[in-house]
Amino acid sequence: MLEYRFGSAVFRRAVPVLLVSVVALLLVACADGEPRPTPDDAAAPEPVEVTNVVIASTTSTEDSGLFGALVPAFEDAHPQYRVSVVAVGTGQALEIGRNKDADVVLVHAKADEETFVAEGYGEERLDVMYNDFVLVGPPADPAGIAGRTDAAAAFSTIAAGEHAFVSRGDDSGTHKKEMSIWDATGIGASGPWYLSVGQGMGDVLTMASEVEAYTLADRGTYLAMRERLELAVHVEGDERLFNPYGVIVVTDASNLDGARAFAAWIVSAEAQEIIRTFGVDAYGEPLFVPDAE
Amino acid sequence: MAVFIEAIVTAVRLMAEGSPELWNIIGVTFHVALVSTTFGIVLGAPMGFVMGASRFRGRSVLIALTNTAMAVPPVVIGLVVMMVLSRQGPLGPLGLLYTVDAMSIAQTLIAAPIIAGLTSAAVASVPYKLRLQARSLGASRVHEAFLTLKEARLGVVAAVAAGFGAVVRGVGAVLMVGGNIEGQTRVLTTAIVQEARRGDFGLALALGVILMTITFGLNGLITWYQHAGERWERGANA
Repeated sequence: MLEYRFGSAVFRRAVPVLLVSVVALLLVACADGEPRPTPDDAAAPEPVEVTNVVIASTTSTEDSGLFGALVPAFEDAHPQYRVSVVAVGTGQALEIGRNKDADVVLVHAKADEETFVAEGYGEERLDVMYNDFVLVGPPADPAGIAGRTDAAAAFSTIAAGEHAFVSRGDDSGTHKKEMSIWDATGIGASGPWYLSVGQGMGDVLTMASEVEAYTLADRGTYLAMRERLELAVHVEGDERLFNPYGVIVVTDASNLDGARAFAAWIVSAEAQEIIRTFGVDAYGEPLFVPDAE
Repeated sequence: MAVFIEAIVTAVRLMAEGSPELWNIIGVTFHVALVSTTFGIVLGAPMGFVMGASRFRGRSVLIALTNTAMAVPPVVIGLVVMMVLSRQGPLGPLGLLYTVDAMSIAQTLIAAPIIAGLTSAAVASVPYKLRLQARSLGASRVHEAFLTLKEARLGVVAAVAAGFGAVVRGVGAVLMVGGNIEGQTRVLTTAIVQEARRGDFGLALALGVILMTITFGLNGLITWYQHAGERWERGANA
């Protein structure tokens, strides 16, 4: 009872304060929302309703920082849209798309993307860009694979020597790429040296650096984090390490116009140019190669 | 709704199948939870008792700090432990990062303040007059402390249950310092995050059901103990 009376006294005192605050807020809001007469500035653009476009993409794309360059440019070109990026694994990104919780997906697992479209969840898959994967590991290279051009042979050597290897283990595009290379070697990778961690690219690179292990990484994320890692690129350039990105508009997306606008924009000359130069300033080399038709 | 029923069915099937991987995950989960709760009790309970039962300079500050520590996000604790255990960190040479021990350390730091804070509150709520009375009847300091602890025991048990709950449901810290390595440091919560990321929401939910089921069993024991205490008290007062 005592608490109750105390509570209600506080409440009684709080009511006028709350009322005053609400009225003040309303006044401020009205003052802001009042369309001010702008006779001199008749050419000012009509205020447009801004809608949200949700993009489901992968952690590796997000970790590279590419969205930081693309999203503001898209929003400048299309001020009626605001972009939210959900960065998850490719598997989850496609699942989010299937549930129509995203309007667009931008991922890198071509076969799965084609299935996604074939099953009617997406409208069309458009090539956007590609980057490549690199096999990184401790600078001392205990497995002695530096300079190899055959990724599968390098994987075999790591497995034969049971050198620590961190796997994404999360069904992401990167993990699928890794599995396809293990398939090519004909070795089932398992054992205490093979660490399957189910985490994003950035986490996996940090872990590999900490435990002095090898891992397969997309070049973009590796370059973006290189300075904080004790990892060097040992194998690159194998065709198997090619990593194409596609954009797909989700069928009946909740913001279909926004989704189509984004997909059309990212394959436009303007966006392709941003992709072509992204990373050159910071890393001395581009992270992605645009390849939209 | 069908999704949830399916998750429960999957959970039952997984438990019945009892794959070695699942049992390993469950084993690591409760190993970490029990070790960190135990150390949380060892560190937190005496501190909570002192904070609750005695008056000393800086007590309020200490209580405020404990309450703040209870609110520190687990990922921050995970980050700090990770930096300390990192190869570049002060304890790097121990090679503890991405081990079960690292997870237990981080979770202990999460459990201890919760156990200390709630123990302190439980002990402080024991009527001071009761303690005065005990002392006037000739109880020694130690005896008085035992009596206080006995009076506060239901609250102390709740404190331990809260500490255990925080570590068994925690994900941020164990993911950072354990790394979710399959067969080594994967626990139920990090497996849930992983399955959700893969898009297998059904399996993620099923793992959640398993976690809740086992935790429910353990909490059932605690509740039974608490109720036994209440019944005993009612009986004694009648």
